[in-house]
Amino acid sequence: MDMTYIQGILMLAGINLIAVLGLCLLTGFTGLFSFGHAGFMAIGAYIGALMTVPPSTMPGSIGGLGLPFIFGILAGGAAAGIVSWFIGRITLNLKGDYFCIATLGFGEATRLILNNVQTFGGARGWPGVPQYSTVLTVFVVDVIAVLFLANLVKSRHGRNMIAVREEELAAQIAGVDVFRYKMIALIVSAVYAGVAGVLFGHYMTFIQPKMFSMTKSTELTIIVIFGGLGSISGSVLGALVLTALPELLRAFDIWRLVFYGAAVIVIMISRPKGLMGGMELSPAGIRKIRAERRARLALKEEAAREAASGGRS
Amino acid sequence: MRMRALLCSLLIAAVALVGCAGGQKVDTIKVGWFGALTGDQAVWGENELNTVKMLFEEYNAKGGIEVGGKKYKLEVIGYDNKGDAQEAVNVTKRLTGQDKVVAILGPNASGNAIPIAPILEAAKVPDIATVATNPKVTVMDGKVKPYNFRVCFIDPYQGAVAAGYAFDRLGARKAAILYDVSDDYSQGLREFFKASFTKKGGQIVADESFNAGDVDFRPQLAKIKAANPDVIFMPYFFKEVALSANQARELGITQVLLGGDGWPSEQLISMGGKAVEGCYFVNHLDYADPAVADYKARYKAKYGKDTELNGFLVHDAVLMLVDALKRAGKVDGEAVAKALTTTDIQGITGRIKIGADTHNPEGKDAAILKIVNGQYVFQEKYAAN
Repeated sequence: MDMTYIQGILMLAGINLIAVLGLCLLTGFTGLFSFGHAGFMAIGAYIGALMTVPPSTMPGSIGGLGLPFIFGILAGGAAAGIVSWFIGRITLNLKGDYFCIATLGFGEATRLILNNVQTFGGARGWPGVPQYSTVLTVFVVDVIAVLFLANLVKSRHGRNMIAVREEELAAQIAGVDVFRYKMIALIVSAVYAGVAGVLFGHYMTFIQPKMFSMTKSTELTIIVIFGGLGSISGSVLGALVLTALPELLRAFDIWRLVFYGAAVIVIMISRPKGLMGGMELSPAGIRKIRAERRARLALKEEAAREAASGGRS
Repeated sequence: MRMRALLCSLLIAAVALVGCAGGQKVDTIKVGWFGALTGDQAVWGENELNTVKMLFEEYNAKGGIEVGGKKYKLEVIGYDNKGDAQEAVNVTKRLTGQDKVVAILGPNASGNAIPIAPILEAAKVPDIATVATNPKVTVMDGKVKPYNFRVCFIDPYQGAVAAGYAFDRLGARKAAILYDVSDDYSQGLREFFKASFTKKGGQIVADESFNAGDVDFRPQLAKIKAANPDVIFMPYFFKEVALSANQARELGITQVLLGGDGWPSEQLISMGGKAVEGCYFVNHLDYADPAVADYKARYKAKYGKDTELNGFLVHDAVLMLVDALKRAGKVDGEAVAKALTTTDIQGITGRIKIGADTHNPEGKDAAILKIVNGQYVFQEKYAAN
């Protein structure tokens, strides 16, 4: 196989991964479902492009500030984070499905606003975004994103978020500020999505509101669930597998998307908790998995012994 | 359970291997094509790929084409991109990197043709877009993209033609526009129609929009009716055209409707019926032109259905490519791209003379078609001035 093609898919997987990691914190660890994260990606992509695109020299072309890429990444992430704070203030008091619908509305509204605002090219899109995303930048951002998230989840804050996911009322009684932790999870996930958007825009060199439709949001949520709720390594695996799968299935021609759907269903049936539901591929995680397995086996043996000696006791 | 997961991963691995296979055949020129084979634009994608396959088979039946004194067979490698920009990038990387094609035909959507430019440049593979009418497909900030070409006219031209025809020939002074705000093609045409029409001295009395997927256009149409225009410009695709035209007639709007190259389709007539009767649209060609009759008949004979608009344009894209290959004298993307810049051939959609600093076919006249008794009747070749 050719390198540019594989590199391209890996970069896309890496970019998806950043957004998925953020969503993993929100959905997998805090228990809030979102169908609007493509909206945060869009905000990141457009603000990032605004920072890095060189100033306009021709009438009819859309100019930016011409700053280095790092400013684009920071500004894109920050902008998405700030917007998410406002959205969170309004919607985080909503419970369960209602929050989900509110995020869906936000995502679609963002896309429609971008369609209507002609400053950034409207539906015709914004061509000429510099090609700054490289395998190295995507990889570095991925590593930082994973490390930050892993440490956050392990910290007191992370445990509080899991408490909110498991039983909101109990967490509140135990003294966890539920609203605050939901807010933190939302902002972190929005920043991640924003950064992913910046990298996506600078990979494609062209951004169009159409790219950030509800399909994109759903795709991200599917990856999180596919990888396994509450598992960072699951999200990594999920992003890699589900981004590469449609390309691997090219041999099936027009039946490709049917096979894609079938493959996802088969895997979800055989692993209902997702690829890595609740487990981690870290030394501690593997120890935990093995310990659980030993405990399960011991339990089984005990049950068998009891069954064997059943009548006598 | 674990067995099943294992089977799954084996299946995926097998597919990956199949994807890698495919040895190099001598004496074959590989040409890439991509477009939508799934999704709402699949009709056009299938039509394009079928046309390319048919033409290549015809060339091969005659013993192939001669490039640099050697005979070659032509082979098309076609991929689906769902009409999605991200997949367009993936597919272009696959065609240039893995399949090592010498040139790419398609896509039909501007939003898919724009992001592939840097990949084409890196791989030195030229691309001929079919109906991608956004100017930025080939020219960006006044600089021509070295590996992007197209075979159709562009949006500013199409918008100017529609506006000019409405003003000069139909005698319209007040125009209303209804457009799809979420569609790049529709926004482009609206922008250029508006500019040309007001420049000519006309007035835009209503400028209403809807979103892709909408099925009720009555609120916008009511406003348009109140503004009492002479003509209503509807720059979007046939499905919405049929729906909105029917609703306009229901509301008692009797004015002439005017459209662009998103109109022509078998479905427009069957869905629109009487509502689109007597309306005009800008097209790339005249369907009754003797030059296209032969292709139409061959297509119908082979596939059992009528060709769509895209087929005519991809037909000429193939002619352009074959001509460029012959003149380049070698099977090499860079040489072909260079030859393409001096293209001057007679296609079935008109004379195609590629402008060196625009990579567009220069001076290609637009055809104005009128719908009469459910038929597309050619009015005239009209050039905007």
